Amino acid sequence: MGRSLKKGPYVDLKLYLKVEKQNDTGLKEPITTWARACTIVPEFVGHTFMVHNGKQHLKVSVTEDMVGHKLGEFSPTRNFRGHGGKGKK
Amino acid sequence: MPRLLGVDIPADRPTIISLTYLYGVGEKTARELCHKAGVNPQARARDLQEDEVARIAALLDKDYTVEGQLRRQVSQNISRLRDIASYRGMRHRRGLPVRGQRTKTNARTRKGPKKTVAGKKGVKDLR
Repeated sequence: MGRSLKKGPYVDLKLYLKVEKQNDTGLKEPITTWARACTIVPEFVGHTFMVHNGKQHLKVSVTEDMVGHKLGEFSPTRNFRGHGGKGKK
Repeated sequence: MPRLLGVDIPADRPTIISLTYLYGVGEKTARELCHKAGVNPQARARDLQEDEVARIAALLDKDYTVEGQLRRQVSQNISRLRDIASYRGMRHRRGLPVRGQRTKTNARTRKGPKKTVAGKKGVKDLR
């Protein structure tokens, strides 16, 4: 089920303000964030985020194609190393 | 046998059914097409007049995305997800279910036939 249009996309306010500030100053530094649920809006394009995956902050550089997705989609929370194999026992 | 959009030749079934043989046309779209083109949905496809076929083809061309174009659109959407390294893209790459289904059991549609692993609990019981 999608989100009600009335509300608009969920954008983390603090994060958005930080991005705006960077846009004003023209400076682009990675922004560390825990806001995985935050939708990527067009203003974010070109910025780099360090998105928390529960353990560390992974680098996500936002491109135009990512608009509309959430930051968390690009910072996997699981790390599958494979089953069994030689010498693993 | 009438030909629509080049390749597709629906058989001698009611028009509404034979139209669903086109990729991207289901019962709903088929009904719409018949209605808009003024064709009897229950008439056999072989009885369609040439101008009726032409009208349906024109409608498909104008308002619907079907066949090759639709297939291309779908695979483009998937490759976009892959390219931006999103979670859904990763699941497509690995051939696992994309929409959060369980994978402990089932998920055979995406994973393909069972690959039995030796030594795993329950393998003995299968014999």
